Amino acid sequence: MSATARPATRRVVTGAAFAVPVAFLGVFFAVPVAALLTTGLRSGGRWELGTVAEVLTSPGTRSVAWFTLWQAVASTVATVLAALPAAWLIGRVRFPGRAIFVAALIVPFVLPTVVVGTAFLAVLGPDGPLAVVARLVGADLDLRRTATAIVVAHVFFNYAVVARTVGAAWMAVDPSAEAAARTLGADRWTAFRTVTLPLLRPALAGAASIVFLFTFTSFGVVKILGGPRIATIEVEIHRLTTQLLDLRTASVLSLLQLAAVVAALALHRRAAARRGSTRARVGRSVLRPPAGGERWLALATVAGAGLLVGVPIATLVWRSVDTAGGPGLAYYRALGGTGGGTFRFVPPVEAVRNSLLFGAAAATTALVVGGLASIGLHRLGGRLRGVADSSLMLPLGVSAVTVGFGFLIALDEPPLDLRTSPVLIPAAQAVIAVPFVVRTLLPALDAIPERLREAAAALGASPRRVWWEVDARLLRRPALGALGFAYAISLGEFGATVFIARADAPTVPVAIFRSLSQPGALNVGQAMALSTILLALTAGVMLLVDRIGDARVGGF
Amino acid sequence: MTELHLRGVGKAFGPTTVLHGVDLHVPDGTTVALLGPSGSGKSTLLRIVAGLEQPDRGSVHLGDEDVTERPVHRRGVGVVFQDQALFPHLDVGGNVGFGLRMGGVDRTTRARRVAEALEQVGLPGFEGRDPATLSGGEAQRVALARALAPRPAVVLLDEPLAALDQLLRERLLVELRAVFDELAVTVVAVTHDPTEAAALGDRIAVLLDGRIAQVGAPGEVIATPASASVAGLVGQRNVVPGRVVAGGVETALGVLAVDPRGAVGEVDVLVPPGALAPSPTGGLHGQVRTLLYRSGTPVAVVRGVGPTGTGAPVQGPTLDVLADPAWTVGDVVRLDLDAAAVHVMGR
Amino acid sequence: MNPSPRPLVAAVVAALLVAACGDDTDAPESAPDPEGTTITLVTHDSFDVSDEVLAAFTEDTGIEVELLPSGDAGSMVNQAILTKGSPQGDVLFGIDSTFLSRALDEELFVPYESPALADVDESFVLDPEHHVTPIDTGDVCLNYDKAALAAAGLEPPQALADLADPAYAGTLVVENPATSSPGLAYLLATVAEFGEDGWQDHWRALRDNDVEVAAGWEEAYYGSFSGAAGSPGDRPIVVSYASSPPAEVIFAEEPPAEAPTGVVEGSCYRQIEFAGILAGTEHEDAARQLVDFLLSPTFQEDLPLTMFVYPVTDVELPPEFVAHGAQPADPYLLDAATVAANRDAWIAEWTDIVLR
Repeated sequence: MSATARPATRRVVTGAAFAVPVAFLGVFFAVPVAALLTTGLRSGGRWELGTVAEVLTSPGTRSVAWFTLWQAVASTVATVLAALPAAWLIGRVRFPGRAIFVAALIVPFVLPTVVVGTAFLAVLGPDGPLAVVARLVGADLDLRRTATAIVVAHVFFNYAVVARTVGAAWMAVDPSAEAAARTLGADRWTAFRTVTLPLLRPALAGAASIVFLFTFTSFGVVKILGGPRIATIEVEIHRLTTQLLDLRTASVLSLLQLAAVVAALALHRRAAARRGSTRARVGRSVLRPPAGGERWLALATVAGAGLLVGVPIATLVWRSVDTAGGPGLAYYRALGGTGGGTFRFVPPVEAVRNSLLFGAAAATTALVVGGLASIGLHRLGGRLRGVADSSLMLPLGVSAVTVGFGFLIALDEPPLDLRTSPVLIPAAQAVIAVPFVVRTLLPALDAIPERLREAAAALGASPRRVWWEVDARLLRRPALGALGFAYAISLGEFGATVFIARADAPTVPVAIFRSLSQPGALNVGQAMALSTILLALTAGVMLLVDRIGDARVGGF
Repeated sequence: MTELHLRGVGKAFGPTTVLHGVDLHVPDGTTVALLGPSGSGKSTLLRIVAGLEQPDRGSVHLGDEDVTERPVHRRGVGVVFQDQALFPHLDVGGNVGFGLRMGGVDRTTRARRVAEALEQVGLPGFEGRDPATLSGGEAQRVALARALAPRPAVVLLDEPLAALDQLLRERLLVELRAVFDELAVTVVAVTHDPTEAAALGDRIAVLLDGRIAQVGAPGEVIATPASASVAGLVGQRNVVPGRVVAGGVETALGVLAVDPRGAVGEVDVLVPPGALAPSPTGGLHGQVRTLLYRSGTPVAVVRGVGPTGTGAPVQGPTLDVLADPAWTVGDVVRLDLDAAAVHVMGR
Repeated sequence: MNPSPRPLVAAVVAALLVAACGDDTDAPESAPDPEGTTITLVTHDSFDVSDEVLAAFTEDTGIEVELLPSGDAGSMVNQAILTKGSPQGDVLFGIDSTFLSRALDEELFVPYESPALADVDESFVLDPEHHVTPIDTGDVCLNYDKAALAAAGLEPPQALADLADPAYAGTLVVENPATSSPGLAYLLATVAEFGEDGWQDHWRALRDNDVEVAAGWEEAYYGSFSGAAGSPGDRPIVVSYASSPPAEVIFAEEPPAEAPTGVVEGSCYRQIEFAGILAGTEHEDAARQLVDFLLSPTFQEDLPLTMFVYPVTDVELPPEFVAHGAQPADPYLLDAATVAANRDAWIAEWTDIVLR
């Protein structure tokens, strides 16, 4: 309920707020996907629904689906367990370097999978640090192409999702509740288990369902680390579409994946609904320096997170300076030098510039679309809101190749021949960034007390002025945070970009990919150097985001 | 300058009717305390006056103008919310000057009037403070200064002191009253606390179940409540059921020789604590259950009050009595009733 | 597909673009005027060309060329099939022998017999109707790490059959033919060598010899092959290209006198890359000029150092290719129709033998 505008006006505003996101996601997501699925499932003007059952019951589908499911469950459980201590650290402990720690955690999440996959190959391979340690105890260890490698990489990618989401919830749990339990005779563990954990459960369920969504639909990690014997549904969809043009089977698998994604989102929605009221604003005052035994736990957590996040990143950085003549900057120098004068060669400065430009366009688009969607959602009540909210996250669960091929057949006629249009890259990146923007802005919008708007109105502010003086002002920091996060995601976005990359405007991930697809030391070295630059860029942006924004960014 | 008139204001939320045709008149420059329990509709009534809510029926008049259809931002009504609702993104000066800025007042004038308003509420020089650093009392005064700064014709306060502790509340009550008197502004203050209502209001309007149950000067409403419900609301707990009979009202305390003032049949009788005096020869007795102090005065809660000679004091009502310092808990004590101080209320 | 969403999309996009887009470079051309025409060359992601070579074409003809990389070769062809009749470009370059019959069946291309074909060896022309024109060869061959084999006391293999020898156990990494174009080429090489009924036994032997399978060329070459510079790999033999050793030299920090890797010449499968004029183009004349240009000495000489493939015409090769490369005299090559007919079955059978 609001008193700042009449019901009729409000309906118009809400409708208008939804019009842009609906149109945007319709054109750049829903219609292309529907077009491709339709092409796959129709033949001779009839729906071939018999195919659906046939594909679903085939042993091949079942084994892929089974692997996809269990690796996603295993990855989710492993991520939650691994990230719980970090969530505690974020939610409870004040320590030097905290801001950097929190920002560094999110870096893997926004890195392109090509880059990280390559780094993980090095870490998990027979010359990697794990194997070296294993050899000390006389064991041979090569985790490449194993499900273990996939799970470890998934933990690496999604660690921050759990740490930040649950960490923010932990911050909102009043520490005195646990203190009260301890005065009633509960030991530290029991107090956590019986008081804090139940309060964290909605946040845990929410974060877990999102990690499940990401890992269920994982593509790059599985493709690079899994090797040929291991495939998820998403990898199969890619293979069927790009290599075999078997759109029938691919469409059925897409529907299967969509069903799983919708289930995960429904779970997330339920968790979010239960969380609603606990999204409190206790603030940073609950942070205390660690005391006694906590110090060891804090230290172990930082060390563990440092190993998990740090080792692959350090490997990457190391490979960028590990030249034949010992450590040096030869690969970085090469970025500016050799190889020029051909089409494929991308001057790194230009790739960085392209990335920054596209990222800016994508982030701005995502902020506008996501911002309007948040306003619409905020004003929407009841069940509809949850469903609409979840629908915005659907793009996270649909294969980039499905969207990309869908573009080709849906957007192919003037004035809509956008297939080769420069707007397509930022648009595709924005589609992926919008859910993250909404996840940041919507809670911020919900957290603005209606009273403030009423107070402003009573002091003479017109409805428009109320919006400007209260909502806009209070959303400025979250919006800046969301913008930065969307920016970081766009910088590292690879799946959609590589598919529709403009020949004349490759981004950094595309340039990395190109360098990696040719033999020769300089090519690999330059790819590593570019990856390191990308890493520094995203980490810098995230550090800035945390400075201006709030801990909600990157949380679910 | 501006008087406030409510005429037949009705409002329902879905199937629940919260206001049944409320009429209320607040003369220019006076304060009405709108007293009611939670759920009585008093906050809704306040929001309707402010324009934050539209009535289903009836009208709101400021002076000669019907403002029912006028949106909140053009009503020129100052509102102080229970939770203050200070803008967290503005400093104290920005908060207090907000209404002036909306009104297009220039910067210099604004600064002067912000300073004046802060002076008025006893917070001179607070302009640069961050609202988050204010104490509860300070925040409430800033909220008041913010509402007053644009010099509204009418100021509305929604439970203005509910969030504050007892001592602070009493001090602020006095200050509020002084500010209102000084500015001669028309005020409606919503509260559920009779003390607050009595201290703030020139008159008290009692709202029960969406209807005005009684309007009158504080002393009048408290001493002679219109019904048992009003009596309960104003803190009068000594209410005994009775029946009008020849020569008075028959109650558990016996037949009281009082004038029923036109009431017939079933009635409620208010027996103020002051009407019951300790007396070794009193016609009533009861057993002291608790001894306590109310505003520095010793009060005994006495149970089973009834005429002496009817056996052990267990049957009668429990009443508050001005205590004799010699009493201890468990004593059976005797009381004298001053029938002239008793007030009969119809049902 | 169901065409009904289009008007809706049109309305929505028009609304969106009204404010957003002032720069409309994709407006349809009016009259076919070669001077100042822009045509689009659809390619795979590995395509490359020197800037001045492309500039020379524009200077000679007045035709601007836009390049549109569309994923790997398979992805590119499948996209072209999906957009048949409303193509994304005018000429497609980079379709290889393995995808050729699918593209011909779908009638993706309009025939054009370039006069420049006179300089091209007839064995490269796989479509007698000239729907496609051969441009380069990128033979897929076994590469070996010279130092690692020597350290293990092994001679480089001479023929495919050698790899079944237990002496070569644990040395070979190949790409999955289901997901990788060189992987498929290598499978076809074994089919060509051992026959349609014999290759299965060879692969069983390879599996017993602990053959490693990678998803794609990058994973195999950079992840598993020991000869790639900076690679963490431990396999001294990999399925790669005839041009990979020259690349190792050219892209070395300090170019060595001798390439660190070598090519097993008897293991090569011929991959020919073709160009074709996409049916539905509005610039057929300009497209023909571009195809002619792709066979011109200017472009053909540029091929080795940009895409690491060999030209189909008789032009001079760069010294690194002469010194370290290989041009197998008698590579394997299967008939396109045979490949098209059996491809999926062979891949499925291979998967059963090697991966299950």
